[in-house]
Amino acid sequence: MGLSAVTVLGVDRPGVIAAVTGSLADCGANIQDSTMTLLGGHVAMMLLVSGDLSSEQLVKQLDTLDLVVTASAVDARRHFGCKAGGLGYVLTLHGPDRPGIISAVSGVLASVGGNITGMSTRLTGRLYVLIADVDIPEPVDVAALMCDLATVGSGLDLEITFRPVEPDLL
Amino acid sequence: MKRAAGRARHVLDAPHPILSTAAEQVDPADPNVVAAAADLLATLRVEPSLTGLAAPQIGLSWRLIAFDARRHPRSRSGAGELVVVNPLLAQAAGWRGGREGCASITGLTAEVRRATRITVHGRLPGTGDPVTIDADSFEARCIQHQLDHLDGLLFLDRVPRALALHRKLHSCDS
Repeated sequence: MGLSAVTVLGVDRPGVIAAVTGSLADCGANIQDSTMTLLGGHVAMMLLVSGDLSSEQLVKQLDTLDLVVTASAVDARRHFGCKAGGLGYVLTLHGPDRPGIISAVSGVLASVGGNITGMSTRLTGRLYVLIADVDIPEPVDVAALMCDLATVGSGLDLEITFRPVEPDLL
Repeated sequence: MKRAAGRARHVLDAPHPILSTAAEQVDPADPNVVAAAADLLATLRVEPSLTGLAAPQIGLSWRLIAFDARRHPRSRSGAGELVVVNPLLAQAAGWRGGREGCASITGLTAEVRRATRITVHGRLPGTGDPVTIDADSFEARCIQHQLDHLDGLLFLDRVPRALALHRKLHSCDS
C-alpha cells in the first residue's frame, strides 16, 4: 500500500469536498490525515491518501473535476502519528500588513531549531494576523528567543505573544 | 444624578496603537470621565449585536468598560447595562473555550479560553460608588474581553492554536 500527498485547489462551491472524497472512495483510496480551508474564495485541501493507486493514477482519478490536483508519493516521516519531541508553544502576531512578516518571524524560530507545525494567517482590512503552533527543542533559551521575537516584532510594528501550549486535558 | 445622554463615537479598528496600550486609571467623579462613560454607553447602543466596549476602542486610553450581555443567547447572569470605572478582576474560575469576535476586528473570530465565573470590582461613574459584579457564562466572557482591552490585549493574543483562528462567515459567529 502506497501513501500519497494530494493537494486540491479550486473555486469554492457546495459539493467540492463531496466530489473529491467520493471520487477517492470510488477507487478504494483511503484518506488519512487531511486539512481543508478557504483561501480567498478558493478551496484548498491537502490529504494523505493510502491505497493501491499510484500518485499518477490518483491525479487521473480526480482529473474529471474542475480542480487543480497534484499528488506525490511520500514516506511516512518520523513524526507521523507521533507526538512532537520538543516543547509546544503558540506564537500569535498581529499588526499592519506588509511583505516579509512570516519570513522575519519564522527566521527567528528557525535560527534556534524551532519547527512550525501549524500556521494560519489572515488579512482583514489593514490588520494582518498570524497564529503558529511551534515546536521548540528543549535546550533552547526561551526567554532569549522571546526577546529576539519582540525585537523583530517591534521593527515591524507587530504585537507578538509567545506562550506555552495549554494542555487539552479533559 | 441625571445621566448625560452621551455621543456615539467611532470605534477604532485594529491595528491601532491605543488598542495595544495599557489604559490608565481614572477618577470616576471627573466630569470628563462621566462624559466618556456616557459616550461609551451611547456607542454600545448603536449596534444591537454589540455586547461590550472598552474606552480604548473609542480612542480613550482610560480604564472604563461598558457592557450589556442580556440579549445574547448564551447569557445566564445579567448585570444589565453597566459602565464600570477602574474594573479589577478579583476572582475567576471554570475555564472554558468559546468563540468570540471584536468590534475593532471585523471579519475574524477565534476560540478563546475564558473563565466562566468571575467577580469584578470597580466604581460607578459620577458617584464613584463601589460596585461588584458576579458574572457567569457569556457575560463573564464579555467582561474579560473588555478587561483585556484595558491591558492593551486583543482576543487574538489569547488564541490557543493555529486552527482556532477563523474568518467570520456568519453573523452568529461571535
